[in-house]
Amino acid sequence: MPTKTAMSLDQARPADVRRLPLLSLRDVTKSFFGVMVLHGVSFDLQAGEVVGLVGQNGSGKSTTMNILGGVHQRDSGEIVIGGTHYKPRVPRDAEDAGIAFIQQELNIFANLSVEENLLMGRFPQLGKWLPVISFGRLRERARQLLAAVDLNVSPQASASTLSPGERQLVEIAKALSLNAKIIIFDEPTTSLTSRESERLFALIERLRYQGIGIIYISHLLADVMRLADQIVVLRDGQVVWRGPKVTITVDNLVTAMVGRSIETLFPSRSRRGTTGPTVLEVERVSQPGVVRNVSFSVAEGEIVGIAGLMGSGRTELARILFGLDPFESGRVVVTGRPFVKPEPRACIAGGMAFLTEDRRQEGLMMDGSVAANLELAALPEHVRGISSRIQDRGLRQRMLALKEQLDIKSRDLWVTPVRTLSGGNQQKVVIGKWLLRQPKLFILDEPTRGLDVGAKEEVNKAIAQLADAGTAVLMISSELEELMGMCDRVVVMNRGELGRIIERSAFEREAIVKAAIWKGIGT
Amino acid sequence: MLLTVYVIGVAIFVPQILSLETLREVAIAVLPLLVAVIGETFVLIVAGIDLSMTAVMGRGSVVAASIMTGTGGYLAGNPVAVPVGIVAFVVIGLLVGLFNGICAARLRMPSFMVSLATMMFVGGLAVWYTSWHTRSVSISNLPEVFRRIGYGAVFGMPISFLLASAVALIAHSTLSRTLLGRWLYAVGRNEKAARISGVPVERVVTTAFVISGACAAIAAIIYTSRIETGTPVLAQNLLLDIIGAAVIGGVSLFGGRGTVMAALMGALFLTVLDKGLQLLGLSLFMVLTVKGSVILLAAVLDVARQRWSELR
Repeated sequence: MPTKTAMSLDQARPADVRRLPLLSLRDVTKSFFGVMVLHGVSFDLQAGEVVGLVGQNGSGKSTTMNILGGVHQRDSGEIVIGGTHYKPRVPRDAEDAGIAFIQQELNIFANLSVEENLLMGRFPQLGKWLPVISFGRLRERARQLLAAVDLNVSPQASASTLSPGERQLVEIAKALSLNAKIIIFDEPTTSLTSRESERLFALIERLRYQGIGIIYISHLLADVMRLADQIVVLRDGQVVWRGPKVTITVDNLVTAMVGRSIETLFPSRSRRGTTGPTVLEVERVSQPGVVRNVSFSVAEGEIVGIAGLMGSGRTELARILFGLDPFESGRVVVTGRPFVKPEPRACIAGGMAFLTEDRRQEGLMMDGSVAANLELAALPEHVRGISSRIQDRGLRQRMLALKEQLDIKSRDLWVTPVRTLSGGNQQKVVIGKWLLRQPKLFILDEPTRGLDVGAKEEVNKAIAQLADAGTAVLMISSELEELMGMCDRVVVMNRGELGRIIERSAFEREAIVKAAIWKGIGT
Repeated sequence: MLLTVYVIGVAIFVPQILSLETLREVAIAVLPLLVAVIGETFVLIVAGIDLSMTAVMGRGSVVAASIMTGTGGYLAGNPVAVPVGIVAFVVIGLLVGLFNGICAARLRMPSFMVSLATMMFVGGLAVWYTSWHTRSVSISNLPEVFRRIGYGAVFGMPISFLLASAVALIAHSTLSRTLLGRWLYAVGRNEKAARISGVPVERVVTTAFVISGACAAIAAIIYTSRIETGTPVLAQNLLLDIIGAAVIGGVSLFGGRGTVMAALMGALFLTVLDKGLQLLGLSLFMVLTVKGSVILLAAVLDVARQRWSELR
């Protein structure tokens, strides 16, 4: 028992001397290659408490969690779990100490059944000397675990049939089976529908009452504010704010995270209200089971937002407009030209650009250089034929200018692989790729998803510049603040249908939320 | 690097490997292999694989030989026999490549399956055609002009060297300087992103297979003229060498990575390896074992590199 540490902990929390924290970090530091990334991080986690950990990317959240999880070793400082000195060397040590991680990307075997996933590596045997799996006991144990997380699926069901939310519950059940006392959630709601998120939040409440300590990491501050008892804000490897949730507002939280206030987060627009001729006209577009009777238009220099819950058909609509998916009836007109059967190449030729919601899978060649990604869509404009030499002098100049304009942080455009860029810079590369084609209509699907506050701001600035230069912008986002900060009009989508169109002057959070979930409540 | 170490290593046991004679033999042996490896590289870049190259070579060999041969050839003694024969090689290569490409690109079939099937089909067809055309297992007595392609020279330069260099130069400039080149890499790196960025993915993939077929045809011309016989088993044991050389050179099996220089280094290394083992006096089986291990090692490195780049 390191009594000295226990003493200092008591001093740190004079108000609560009797309760020893479940987990306690004191002045944890870490450097990588001589660069200090954690400058003495300290916070406590009590049993039955939720600590919300927030901060921009690069603020030290991941490093802190990696130190807790035994992926990295700290340079100095102290970590105490349940009164015992804790210094994990490998992830297995963290598991033994009762720490479980619920990651953004779930570690589930899609080809195995739920019960096999739950008890992977710890299958009950028929007898001590009979190494054959006892399926009866396996099923029994799996049932108990599934009941504990309130998941109503058969233990024999294949994990591939589960939704992301259900898979996450399986992960949590697995953590419980390992007797985890501390569960760390890292961006748990990114791939969940709002209903699944609600279910997760209810479960987190239950875990709390069972005395489990929870660290909840998320970019969605509304969720953090709702769940957490204590909030810890990290910036540049330091704890810049720490305290009970009730003592801080969202605005102050953002200020603490970025070091300045929320009003400055959305760029000002020079052309607001002065829109030109219509660029995109969508008339009664329908595709059974996907979208129904969708009509709207976007004018030059205008930003139109599509709000709606996940699964409301927003992304599907964007894909239809860009010719990636078919539609059965209706009309899509871009700058007066109708697209009967759109196809990406024709859409690009017609002046359209599309930023997909998944930049890694569909937006970028991760192993390619920044330049290889930037030039891809514009290349055909710089050649005479498919097998003639690329006239790359003009292209080079334009790419360098673009790097300046968008402030893409990469050492050498022609060498640096996109994979090594931060999320915000990667997204700027996708935007830059389309800017080289000077699009008339830019469709952006979740342009700031997964980006931290600072990067979001930069991406939004680029979008605003684009609109100011006269491009018609159609923007899909799950974050209402963002749509309200950026758009001239917001269209609400619900179960494949467009609901109300809300003008900027009438923007009101409640109105948009209501329009988005109206039918869900009404029926 | 590796090549130098290997050559010095072997030289300790068999000094002849450093002789001019060996150098000449290696240079001659590497040329047709290089052409084939370059063709395979195009397909590997778009994350496909072409297993049918050797079958194409055998098929071209017997058909062209049956046209050109002096004993019962369709155009025996005719002055256009050789040009027509060469056209036959190329047409067969292009057609099989086109078929593979269409299956892989438009019908979205795994190229491994498609080219495995065409390999068996075309290979079988070559044997059947030979037995239908002649009683023996191969077709010899090819015209003098054709035989000169393999070992002859113009202006003091070996014809096969000129042919292989031309292929290498064209391939290199295509990959590094043209739109097609950029598109090939784009499709191999991320097909979805390429499609969304306006790359005609189907056309690009099909083109890669057609190029592979054409390269197989050119390699077949050199090989056939060297052995002075049209035979369905012209390149029977060459498939592993072709794919192996590409991988050893650093062309990735996962697509998106590969150059003509890599193809050249791989082909050169494999040829020198072969020669060195021969000089050491190893049996054919030992040679195969060693080659297999080297190729396996290269494939393992490729996988490791892929993992590493994904982890970053």
